[in-house]
Amino acid sequence: MVTRGFVGRRQPPETGARLPPGQYLTDDFPILQIGPNPVVDLATWRFTLREGSRPIKSWSWDEFEALPRTTWHGDIHCVTKWSKFDTDWEGVSFDDLLADAGVAAPTGFLLAESYDDYTTNVPVADLVGGRALVATRYAGEPIHPDHGGPARLFVPHLYFWKSAKWVRGLRFTNIDTAGFWELRGYHMYGDPWREQRYIGD
Amino acid sequence: MSSATSVTEPVVFRWHQAEITAIAPVTPHVKSVRLRCGLAEQYRAGQHVDVRLTAEDGYQAQRSYSIASAPDGSGTLELMIEGLPDGEVSGWFSDCADVGDRVELRGPIGGSFSWDGPDGGPLLLAAGGSGVVPLLAMLRRRAQGWRAIPAALIYSARTRAEAIAVAELERFAATDPGVSLHLAITREPGGRRIDAALVADALARTGPPGKVFLCGSNRFVAAASALIVAAGVAPGLIRTERFGA
Repeated sequence: MVTRGFVGRRQPPETGARLPPGQYLTDDFPILQIGPNPVVDLATWRFTLREGSRPIKSWSWDEFEALPRTTWHGDIHCVTKWSKFDTDWEGVSFDDLLADAGVAAPTGFLLAESYDDYTTNVPVADLVGGRALVATRYAGEPIHPDHGGPARLFVPHLYFWKSAKWVRGLRFTNIDTAGFWELRGYHMYGDPWREQRYIGD
Repeated sequence: MSSATSVTEPVVFRWHQAEITAIAPVTPHVKSVRLRCGLAEQYRAGQHVDVRLTAEDGYQAQRSYSIASAPDGSGTLELMIEGLPDGEVSGWFSDCADVGDRVELRGPIGGSFSWDGPDGGPLLLAAGGSGVVPLLAMLRRRAQGWRAIPAALIYSARTRAEAIAVAELERFAATDPGVSLHLAITREPGGRRIDAALVADALARTGPPGKVFLCGSNRFVAAASALIVAAGVAPGLIRTERFGA
C-alpha cells in the first residue's frame, strides 16, 4: 500500500547490501530490556549448562575466564530495526563450552537463562561450529552492564533478542520451548535476513 | 518471571491498513496522529505498534511508536510522533502526513510493558521526554474506570513547552485525588532533575507501588530505576522501555 508523499531514505548500495530487510543503520548502541539491570557479582557469578533441571557442568567467573577465547567481528541486528556494523566481541565459543564440559549436545534445542529471569530459545545447530559465544568483552573492554555484562549469549546471525543479556546458563530442552519474547508474539527463530520478527513472519 | 501480563496463547501480529483521521501539534516537535484501523480496540495501555510506510517504487521503512490512547470504542487509536532530525518515518509524519493518508500498522507489541485496571496498583510511573506517551495511555485507561488505584507520574522534560500533554496531566492531578504529577523541568530557571526527593514525594502519594513503569532515554531510565530501587521498591516490580543510545 503506497503512502502518499513518502519517498524514504535509500542507503548507499554498499550499506544497503549489508542491511537486512527493514533495518536501518545506527552508530549508537541502543539498549532494550524488560526491567532494571540485575546486580551480578563476579564473586558469586556462575554459568551452568543444564539438561532439563540436571546440571551438566558449572563454571565460576575465574574458571570461565580460563577457558579458550574466541573473537568475532561483524554486524548485529535488533528486531526493533537498528543494525550496527563492525562490532567486536570476545568470549567463549559454545563449542569450547561443550568441549570443556566433556559432552556432546544432548538435545537439539536450548533455552538461555538470565540473571533477570529472561529466557530465549535457540536451536543448538545455530550455536555450534563457531557461530555463537558466551561473550564477556565488547570492543576490547568488559561488557558494560547496560549491554548485558558480565556475560551475555552472543548469536550474531539472529536478531539480538536471542543474545540474552546477563546470561547465567544454557538449558537443553527436548523440544523448542518459547522464551520470554517468543511467548509474547516474537518469532521462534528470528533470522534477520528472512525478517522473522514475529510469529507468522 | 513475574510478568505484568499473563500469556495464554501465541500472539500473531499482522499488518493492518490505517487511515489518518486527525493530526495536530502536541508540542513544537511532537504531533498527535489519530488513526482508524482494525486493531484500535485490541491493545493494552503501554503497548506499541510498528508503523510501515511504502514509497511508490515499493521501498518500505518501519518504526515503532507507543500508543497514547486507551481503547475508547472510537475505532481509532492515537500515536504521538516526535519529529527527529533526519527521521525517515517521523519526518514524513512531521512534514507530509495529512488527514486521509494511509499507512500500515502492526501490533500491538510489548505485552510486558502494559497495564490494565485489573492488573491493580498502586501505579508508579516515570517518564523522560516522549517516554511519557505509553504512561499517558495508562493514566487515560485508569481514568476510564479504575480511579480507585493510586497513581503517581514523575515526568522529566527539558522545558515546559516540550512536555507532552502537560495540560491533560495537570488536569488529571487537579481533578482526581488519586493522581499526582511530579514534574522535573530540567532546562528552565529553577528547574530540577529527577532525584531522591522527587521519588520520595511520588511514593508518599501512592504508598508501596504494585506496578512500576519507566520509559525514556537510556540515561533517564537508568537514573530513575536506580532511584526507585534505592527508595526500597523491589526491582522485580519495575518494567522499562528505552529509546536512544
